[in-house]
Amino acid sequence: MTGLFSEVFLSALLFGAVTAAIPLLLAGLGEQMSEKAGVLNIGIEGMMLAGAYLGFVGAFYSGSLWLGFLTGAGGGIAVALVMALLCVRIGLNQIVIGIALTLGLEGLTALLHHFQFSRSYPRLPAVDVTVIPLLSAIPVIGPALFRQHLIVYLAVALVFAMGYIYRRTQLGLNLQAAGDKPAALDVAGIDVVRTRTIAVLTTGALAGLGGAFLANVGAGLFIPFITNGAGFLGIVLAMLARGRPVWVLFGALLFGVCLSLTTAMQVAGINIPTDVIQMLPFLAVMVMLVLFGRRASLPAALGIPYERGAR
Amino acid sequence: MSVAKRDIVALEGVTKRFPGVVANDSVDLAIRPGEVHVLLGENGAGKSTLIGMLSGLQQPDEGRILVGGEPTTITSPRHALALGIGTVFQHMMLVPTLTVAENLLLGGPWWQRPKTEELEARVAEITRTLGITVKLHAKVSELSLGEQQQVEILRAMVRNSRLLILDESTSMLTPKGIDELGALMRRLVEQGLAIVFITHKLKEAAAFGDRISVLKLGRKVGEIPPERFRALGEQAIIGEIVELMFGKQKDDPEAAERAVRTIRAEAAPLLEVRDLGVAPTDDAPGLSSISFDIRPGELLGIAGIDGNGQKQLAEALAGQRATVGGSVRLQGAPIEALSVGERRQRGLRYLTDDRLGEGTVGTFPVSINFFLKQVGAAPFWRKGVEQRAEIDKRAAQLVREYDVRTPSLKTPVARLSGGNIQKVLLARELAEGAKVVIFNKPTYGLDLANTLASRQRIRDTAARGLAVLLISTDLEELLSMCDRIAVISNGSLVGTVENADDARTKIGRLMIGLAA
Repeated sequence: MTGLFSEVFLSALLFGAVTAAIPLLLAGLGEQMSEKAGVLNIGIEGMMLAGAYLGFVGAFYSGSLWLGFLTGAGGGIAVALVMALLCVRIGLNQIVIGIALTLGLEGLTALLHHFQFSRSYPRLPAVDVTVIPLLSAIPVIGPALFRQHLIVYLAVALVFAMGYIYRRTQLGLNLQAAGDKPAALDVAGIDVVRTRTIAVLTTGALAGLGGAFLANVGAGLFIPFITNGAGFLGIVLAMLARGRPVWVLFGALLFGVCLSLTTAMQVAGINIPTDVIQMLPFLAVMVMLVLFGRRASLPAALGIPYERGAR
Repeated sequence: MSVAKRDIVALEGVTKRFPGVVANDSVDLAIRPGEVHVLLGENGAGKSTLIGMLSGLQQPDEGRILVGGEPTTITSPRHALALGIGTVFQHMMLVPTLTVAENLLLGGPWWQRPKTEELEARVAEITRTLGITVKLHAKVSELSLGEQQQVEILRAMVRNSRLLILDESTSMLTPKGIDELGALMRRLVEQGLAIVFITHKLKEAAAFGDRISVLKLGRKVGEIPPERFRALGEQAIIGEIVELMFGKQKDDPEAAERAVRTIRAEAAPLLEVRDLGVAPTDDAPGLSSISFDIRPGELLGIAGIDGNGQKQLAEALAGQRATVGGSVRLQGAPIEALSVGERRQRGLRYLTDDRLGEGTVGTFPVSINFFLKQVGAAPFWRKGVEQRAEIDKRAAQLVREYDVRTPSLKTPVARLSGGNIQKVLLARELAEGAKVVIFNKPTYGLDLANTLASRQRIRDTAARGLAVLLISTDLEELLSMCDRIAVISNGSLVGTVENADDARTKIGRLMIGLAA
């Protein structure tokens, strides 16, 4: 048991937590943008799967991780386009379409992967890390937080960029109005459908990126349903974060710690069935919902397709 | 104000149809700078549709809109704003979670940073000339409704509107707020703006307007120009408006001579209502000390502007709404403590105005809808099992008897037209055992043929010796059918008039708050 509090253990735990948190963070930030604009994006799990698959394929064939991130984001955007068309433009039920997209992409990516790689699960080489001088020398947190792939730092920077967009830009105002009172935005002369479409496509890009990170950096390979509910956790994060990106970051880190306990405990040689440990993040979700569920404040027009002149 | 001054916006023969309804029928309207143009009419007169077309939310089916003399298709709210048409809608169009400044900035190009300093300077300039103060950095949800409205007017000004449309803007304001709005409108037109002010309140129209157009059932029935406006006093103007709104139209196809019937005065009333009260709710007025009698064979009408407690009255009598005191007697027996079903059992029937929402189950077949209020009762149900044959037999009979035009008994009732749904309701409520029947807006939204058929059915009901309470916002309808007409205003009956020659004028005066 001495291993539990050793520097190595804690460092591995934290490192794993960050790696696990980034996909959740990207999904949460993406979902947050959709929800702000009034679209409940249940299809985000599907967008992540598309991103994971295409991101892996892109990185595998090109040998470039960055190209993989690009194709991953592209995959997410492609699914988001379907969602935007059906739910925003045509105004179909967002929950039904979201579930359909998630289940559909789960099957589709598994099928494509099977055709391509049969039962082999090729792996990507280990990722290059960007070491931040000085900070990385701090014991325990140094190696965990400051020896990560560049995209990790970019994802954290995105939190602040989002905060800026929401609070300081015209786009941020438009997004919030689209979610809280779309009719007001419409009479102010801004196209509600376009605003919501921008939000959904951005969600797709972020979710796709998150999926690609999960496959390429987190796992180094693609397996069917690799996201394992990361998109749904993103939805929970977005709901609890009350529209503030920084809360998505905190929540993602908390979930990340839970997820990373799985591996860290195995490293420490503690004999708890992995199934039990894998339940931890979902237990954490329920605990968080019990504790903070009441603070979830959702936009007034969330989930309601906008129709001009409807009463 | 010279006559040569060009209209900012003009409507020429504008017609707008919705499924089953003509919302605007060939309406002409001229809107001039420096004038408050009042659009007056009751609910359903077509005011909101007219505004929808001016603000780009809807397109006319016929006719054209001229902006600055040029025929223009106003394609969207954005386009309307660009043309200088700013609208303050009946329901607030501000984002409650944003600040006032953010709301005013809404609509700028998305790639730009909000130009807060520029806005503050502009707002300071406008508010100074108008003499209002606006808390720019307060959240909209923290403002009163009056303040929110000022923000909306300010928004139109910030966007250089030349025409400001105020849709039912006084409906949510306090009396003080209404006076302030009136003063603000005056200052705005003095600056050369044109204002279209929509209301259904006559006093506001007379107090704030320069020109009044009266709409009735989608048609423009009259206009009082500024010259005439100035020449008349407020009372005279109101009188003229009443004449326009409630006056008899020439060649009205609905006109029907009412056969004068004598009701046996000595007969004991079938329905006696005494001091009935209902507590007000957030969105509806209450009722206070409602008292009336209806004798067998008598048709009592309830007149009044929509939303003055008519629905509450009907529901309180039917047992669907909790009352606070008062008594209701049916054939002398108190029924105020009875449930909806028990009242129906005793012969009190209520035909709701909400035919699809409350009156029928749209997805159920026509046949079942005839017996919705008898579910479980023999002979249509036995031991909880539906007796299809019994139901169909009786339903087929009712379809014939009431001339319900339906493809089959199995057709979901929502697929029928409003008139045929109404016939299903009539058949159900007038079925055996009816003694007192309450009709709430029975011809609302029906076409002419069905309107006339429904009215005949109601007359027949009274002729059979039943007591009938007819609630309607259509004064013509009441005058053509009722024996007596009571006027409801703000939840109480302000007077009852025998339906004689001078009834129209008396009722008009009661409706606007003058003694008969």
